[in-house]
Amino acid sequence: MTDGLATGLAVLSTLLVVAPLVAIFVYLIYKGASSLSLNFFSQIPKPEGEAGGGMANAILGSAVLLGLASSIGVPIGIAGGIFLAEFGRGTRLANAIRFTADVLNGVPSIVMGIAVYSLIVYQQKHFSAFSGGVALGIMMIPTVTRTTEEMLLMVPHAVREAALALGVPNWRSVLSITVKTASPGIITGCMLAFARVAGETAPLIFTALGNSNWSANLNEPIAALPLQIYTYAISPYDDLHRLAWAGALVLIVLIVTAVSLVRFVTSRGVLKGAS
Amino acid sequence: MGVGIEVVNLNAWYAANHTLQDINLNIPANHATALIGPSGCGKSTFVRCINRMHETNPIARVTGTVRIGDLDIYKDAKPVEIRRRVGMVFQRPNPFPTLSIYDNVAAGLKLNGYRNHRVLDEIVERSLKNSALWEEVKDDLKKKSGASLSGGQQQRLCIARALAVDPEVLLMDEPASALDPVSTSKIEDLIFELKSQYTIVIVTHNMQQAARVAENTGFFLNGRMVEFDATHKIFTNPSDKRTEDYITGRFG
Repeated sequence: MTDGLATGLAVLSTLLVVAPLVAIFVYLIYKGASSLSLNFFSQIPKPEGEAGGGMANAILGSAVLLGLASSIGVPIGIAGGIFLAEFGRGTRLANAIRFTADVLNGVPSIVMGIAVYSLIVYQQKHFSAFSGGVALGIMMIPTVTRTTEEMLLMVPHAVREAALALGVPNWRSVLSITVKTASPGIITGCMLAFARVAGETAPLIFTALGNSNWSANLNEPIAALPLQIYTYAISPYDDLHRLAWAGALVLIVLIVTAVSLVRFVTSRGVLKGAS
Repeated sequence: MGVGIEVVNLNAWYAANHTLQDINLNIPANHATALIGPSGCGKSTFVRCINRMHETNPIARVTGTVRIGDLDIYKDAKPVEIRRRVGMVFQRPNPFPTLSIYDNVAAGLKLNGYRNHRVLDEIVERSLKNSALWEEVKDDLKKKSGASLSGGQQQRLCIARALAVDPEVLLMDEPASALDPVSTSKIEDLIFELKSQYTIVIVTHNMQQAARVAENTGFFLNGRMVEFDATHKIFTNPSDKRTEDYITGRFG
């Protein structure tokens, strides 16, 4: 009886968690799918007043921004997590870094945008894809650092001892054994951080700015899906609203695809029975 | 070939806790030596001082001299060099969970930069044969993870991993205490085989096990070594009253 009750509650909670995601997804398909066409993926936005046009430049722009953000956020974040869990444990520096990471995690994204604006955009006197990538990259660091630390701390002491007892130097044992053992969790952390910044709009307003033409140049303003969605959503035209819905749908599908792709690629090397 | 171990005035601490006090001992080469005693008597700490694993704990400290062959390990060598010459098998099997069976055995060599695949293949095969695991895993070497094996197989994998770096001494810290009787007897047979090539020091709670595998036995109590002698003498006619009380089951 109580067993059934507990199971029932667990199922109910699961449904409550999944329901909003499904609802959002269904609503996006309902609103946006009809505006999806080949043009959407191959054309750039038409000048205001003209019908049609697509978001091809925004998709490319998001890819550039997220690529730059990941190549900043992932290595620095993982290195920070390794330091916190393995080399700096208990030191004052480590405690300071952990505290900073937690605070950084709570900084509103618009504040991050303003900070990068004054650090890069204001100095260079122009908006750029580079500054947008840096803003998103900095936002990835705390999530990646803290999950990496947590995952490394979960690796059993016995596994570390086994490596040390073979005469493996500590740094080698950390990089080749401990990090490898924790890698599934670390990858999950990176994916979470990636998915979070993929939908960020606020920090890009002050940095990447947006661009209605093709551009992949890091030194020029660049288009991004969330920015384009924002621009279209606040416009007064119905067909632009529909394009915004389609853009939101594409953004979610691209995030899911990217995460699944990374999962697939990283799981291919996992052996039978590996935990 | 194994080499003898000479221990002079060894003392060890965990923080303020004086876990080993004035240990003096000669462990002969190419023999199995058992260390027995109640929990917390210092026998595990003792073996961890022989491969300098004791000091990996930041609150641990050690003084005294340990010579392995001609090498004074606390004076003449770095810890990583000692650990390549002194292999260790732990109480609980601890294979690397994300590495294949092959990579588990080759880990000690590969992680120290050894890359010759043909030689690695040979060493992996020889080590697994020496640990009596080859027949059971030879078809899955690179397909299965070390964690997919049974507990007894995992422990033999750990022995193979220790043997692969070609040590002179093999330390075993209660290697069979987490295993079933069948796996235990396999490990014991293995110790019997291996002592012709290696000097083996085995910590055990199981006195029958000490009697079966070891020529010499040391009895530890409260951080001191009470008695060290031929195994049959320890178990039939010990010179110290405390040893007699322990082996007859009056305490511990």
